[in-house]
Amino acid sequence: MNATTDATPNSSALSSPAHHAPRLLSGLYATGVPATLAEHLRHYGPSAPGTRTSPMSVVEAVEAAGLTGRGGAGFPTARKLRAVAERGGRAVVVVNAMESEPASRKDEFLLTVAPHLVLDGAVLAARTVSADTVHLCLPRTRAAQFEQLSAALDERRRARLDPVRLRLHALPHTYVSSESTSLVRWLNGGPARPQGSPPHTHERGVARRPTLVSNTETFAHLALIARYGPDWFQQAGTPDEPGTLLVTVSGAVAAPGVLETAFGTPLDVILDRAGGRTESLQALLLGGFGGTWLSAEHLQVPLARCNLAPLGAAPGAGVLIALPRAACGLSETARMLAYLAANGARQCGPCRFGLPAVAEDFAALAAGRADPALLSRLLRRVGLLPDRGACRHPDGAAQLAASALRAFADDVDRHLAQGACAAAHRPPRIPVPPAVLPETWR
Amino acid sequence: MNPANRAKTLRIDRIACTGQGLCGELLPELIDLDEWGYPIVKDRSVPDHLRAHARRAAAACPLLALHLDADRT
Repeated sequence: MNATTDATPNSSALSSPAHHAPRLLSGLYATGVPATLAEHLRHYGPSAPGTRTSPMSVVEAVEAAGLTGRGGAGFPTARKLRAVAERGGRAVVVVNAMESEPASRKDEFLLTVAPHLVLDGAVLAARTVSADTVHLCLPRTRAAQFEQLSAALDERRRARLDPVRLRLHALPHTYVSSESTSLVRWLNGGPARPQGSPPHTHERGVARRPTLVSNTETFAHLALIARYGPDWFQQAGTPDEPGTLLVTVSGAVAAPGVLETAFGTPLDVILDRAGGRTESLQALLLGGFGGTWLSAEHLQVPLARCNLAPLGAAPGAGVLIALPRAACGLSETARMLAYLAANGARQCGPCRFGLPAVAEDFAALAAGRADPALLSRLLRRVGLLPDRGACRHPDGAAQLAASALRAFADDVDRHLAQGACAAAHRPPRIPVPPAVLPETWR
Repeated sequence: MNPANRAKTLRIDRIACTGQGLCGELLPELIDLDEWGYPIVKDRSVPDHLRAHARRAAAACPLLALHLDADRT
């Protein structure tokens, strides 16, 4: 991973807007190691409010900055804060560090290198919405991270830093357990499965209290906005989408990993920063398993909502997977769909029947054993996945399937006419977790 | 305005629904069924002349998964 190391938020970045200067990761690049509380405070300075900023002005600063959620949906963070704050009464804050997307590592990485930046942001958010408790939700599979964060929380307790309770939880790890209502349901003693609404989480969530659930990275940005202000935040990114985001790059690049980039950075520039391509590419999967395939002709497109929307894509949670020409996009997609089908909560029609049927059709297409009616049946079934479940899991799977049929349209024709291509018989290129049912939801 | 006279909107509790398909039979003007019997809502807003049908469909759902919400405006 490479990045500029000269600009830190409390020195040059404040005066000279270096466009790609790291923010969330600047502490890491300055020291090369994960930050202890003392190092964190030395690097970023004390967390602002409590001293000179009132809770409501945090909302105003976040609104002026234009911060959006970094978990994938991109919802304006100020609106979320305000919705919870305006309910009145004791609220609850939940840090969503579940990161169930198999190709994403950014939340894990951020919590490893800058845990206190995330925690500062969560505590600030808690003060802003009058919460007395912050729940930090990790997947049970990340035991080492759990230990590390326990130590970080102990450090803060010893320093008497926070006016709120911080609680760490290890939840069952499935694709849909990262959905915000899954967290709320689990924290309330139930299974980590999506709940559906109404009531909305901001109205009645954990312990029936107004609840703010946000992605790990969003809280870290919030902590920096409170320190350096909205103008500083807007020095990176585009006017529509200010700021930086963490991306996880994998596939056919020389240095796969997590890096921080400004919104608006062209996709091929991001690939170059991840060491550059190791092979000729045919497509890029943007947004991960619930994301969108873009054929290689679109690699110059900036990573920004307005540029990606015409292509049916979005920045999402910043997952980029580079697929080489030597791979079969249909086979890779079929394996991902099988995983997504197995990982549904099986609560709603699309996850009980629609998604498994789509995965099966897709597997037949990839393997070159399609019946004559397959393509029209597959298109119809894919079209019936979105908007018909309690969560967006089927919608994401539909996006993956539909975009694969577009990006690999030539392969679809060939698979239908002549059977599976040669690449379909080679070992897969994208790591996919086993398509098995979750062992437990609790 | 009296809530009873407000415009009505269909809402399906997707987790409660088990695809019995009665709603599609009682209210085909607004609800189709997929190949497994689960509802496909063609139009969420209920026109006045279908209000009684919609109410009947909601009452007939064995899982009580079909709801008729009064619009907030």
